[in-house]
Amino acid sequence: MVDTRERAGIGVAGEPAASTAIAMNGGEAVAYALRQIEPEVVAAYPITPQTLIIEKFAEYCADGVVRTEYINVESEHAALSACVGASAAGARAVTATAGPGLALMFEMLGVTSGMRLPIVMHLCTRALSAPLNILGDHSDAMAMRETGWVMISGSNPQEAYDLAIVAQIVAEHPDVMLPCATMIDGFMVTHAVERVDVLPDDVVREYVGEYEPEMSLLVPGSEATYGALDFRDYYFEHRRQQEAALYAAQSVVEDALQRFGEISGRDHHILEPYMMDDAEVALVMMGSAEGQVHAAVNAARAAGLKAGALRIRLFRPFPVAAVAEALSGVRVVGVMDRAIGLGSADNPLLADVKAALWSRSDRPLARGFVYGLGGRVVTQGQMNQAFDELRSALETGEVGTDPTYLGLREVQDETVLGEGTTA
Amino acid sequence: MVTTTPVALPAEVRWHGRGGQGVVTASRLLATAALRGGFFPQSLPDFGAERSGAPIAAYTRVGDSPPTMRGPVTNPALVLILDPSLIGSVDVLEGVLPGAAVVVNSTRSPENERDRLGRSDIVICTIDGTAIGEELIGRPLPNVPMLGALLTVYPIVDLETMTDAVRAQLGEIFSERVVNGNIAALQRGNELARSVGQGGIQ
Repeated sequence: MVDTRERAGIGVAGEPAASTAIAMNGGEAVAYALRQIEPEVVAAYPITPQTLIIEKFAEYCADGVVRTEYINVESEHAALSACVGASAAGARAVTATAGPGLALMFEMLGVTSGMRLPIVMHLCTRALSAPLNILGDHSDAMAMRETGWVMISGSNPQEAYDLAIVAQIVAEHPDVMLPCATMIDGFMVTHAVERVDVLPDDVVREYVGEYEPEMSLLVPGSEATYGALDFRDYYFEHRRQQEAALYAAQSVVEDALQRFGEISGRDHHILEPYMMDDAEVALVMMGSAEGQVHAAVNAARAAGLKAGALRIRLFRPFPVAAVAEALSGVRVVGVMDRAIGLGSADNPLLADVKAALWSRSDRPLARGFVYGLGGRVVTQGQMNQAFDELRSALETGEVGTDPTYLGLREVQDETVLGEGTTA
Repeated sequence: MVTTTPVALPAEVRWHGRGGQGVVTASRLLATAALRGGFFPQSLPDFGAERSGAPIAAYTRVGDSPPTMRGPVTNPALVLILDPSLIGSVDVLEGVLPGAAVVVNSTRSPENERDRLGRSDIVICTIDGTAIGEELIGRPLPNVPMLGALLTVYPIVDLETMTDAVRAQLGEIFSERVVNGNIAALQRGNELARSVGQGGIQ
């Protein structure tokens, strides 16, 4: 039989670089990218399901494969703090975490972005406690969404690798100088072993380049101050500059994805539309459930519904105009939230999509869906149900105000207290 | 009667076993072999807060294009049961359609397992993987012998490709002696597997 590793080589001048196909999981794919990037500092605290990344990377460090300074810390708060110190000193610093680990980092999330430090974090999305749950949903990422980080979401191990590389140059771009987080779904991406096409080390190194900060604590002659006291005089102005830099990141992300496409042959965009050209109803989603959503689009189309889907890759800054443009012509939009915005007017992604559409006079109806909390299995059947509801809304011109909870067992159902709920 | 289940792509495989039996490793070895065979694989462990002895599952998908579905395999064409004591406590045949193949780590004959499982419309294959593991790996690990056995009823790759995958994947973490023991166990599992039934999803 043909060895895919050889067959995957392309290697024509001016064409994408020859890649090597390796079977690995999303966590190992991120670690592989980090080995190629070889940051000067990695500080992380192990937490499921991020552990795969840092176990593998710690192995690279211990084996002398990379010269990275790997800092063992006592907590996630310390992990990001160590990265802040390293980054302020001029080093390229990377961390990774998940769920409760991100929660413990919270104070430092805003410190990082406010100090304009281009730290990269690989967030393996996980439910927040309590009840204790180690599995995947987006509760952690949603809690982070207004802390000033660029946030890019992947849906499979290949993207975990690709975005780990892209995130590096987004964060360090002179127009941005903000931290950047990649989001990959806990277990469904971090633990899924799939074919990942990796680029040659030198191609990745050339793409990310050396990190040479204009100023830092350790650059001779640099007059930078980090984390200064900033009261009535300039806090407001600094905050506004930070906001402007975050919005400027959108075009930087677009360019970085474009450049990555040139070296890899893989075509990634800030939004990934599927069957949207003539769609009358569409589901907007983010993360690893794309396959189930696409299968439901196909089923709905086969049943005569003009259905489509839109996956959000760039989550922060939210690409407001691009989302509105991608949904133009759609009459009913369903938005899939893998988190609940407890007490909010709408769940997080629905709120963003609605806001993006609000200024349009012909704005579509919008309906919220909640799915997959705490690792609840996501099925095509749930997505079929979502499209059934969008079809009804299209016919009646009405949507309810409450979201639909896909795959939720109602409390009256006695099976809720039965098998599988005691862990 | 020994028959072979035709492999239709995308192929979906489900593994049942207990923590410590090498379920996740076996699923990954199958994925590694599938990649070497020119396919797009996916191996997905179904984790909870697992510990030794707890029932666990893993899923392997093999296709000729990148996998899109991420989640449990609900209608497997092939099921592997690493610990037969799970039969009865875990619904190991859930969603198994007629014509699928089931490989059981068992000292029993395939006819006997067929009676216990109560399904005459599937291919049943048995192999005493635990004994092979004891003898050739030095530990009661049924996972690699079962990879050898599955190829007799579900030839998704050839034995040589599987052997290469075992050598490559286990060679990254184990000594040559352990790797060679596993390869011997793979081949023994392939030789000693016995099966009964008519294959082919209907």
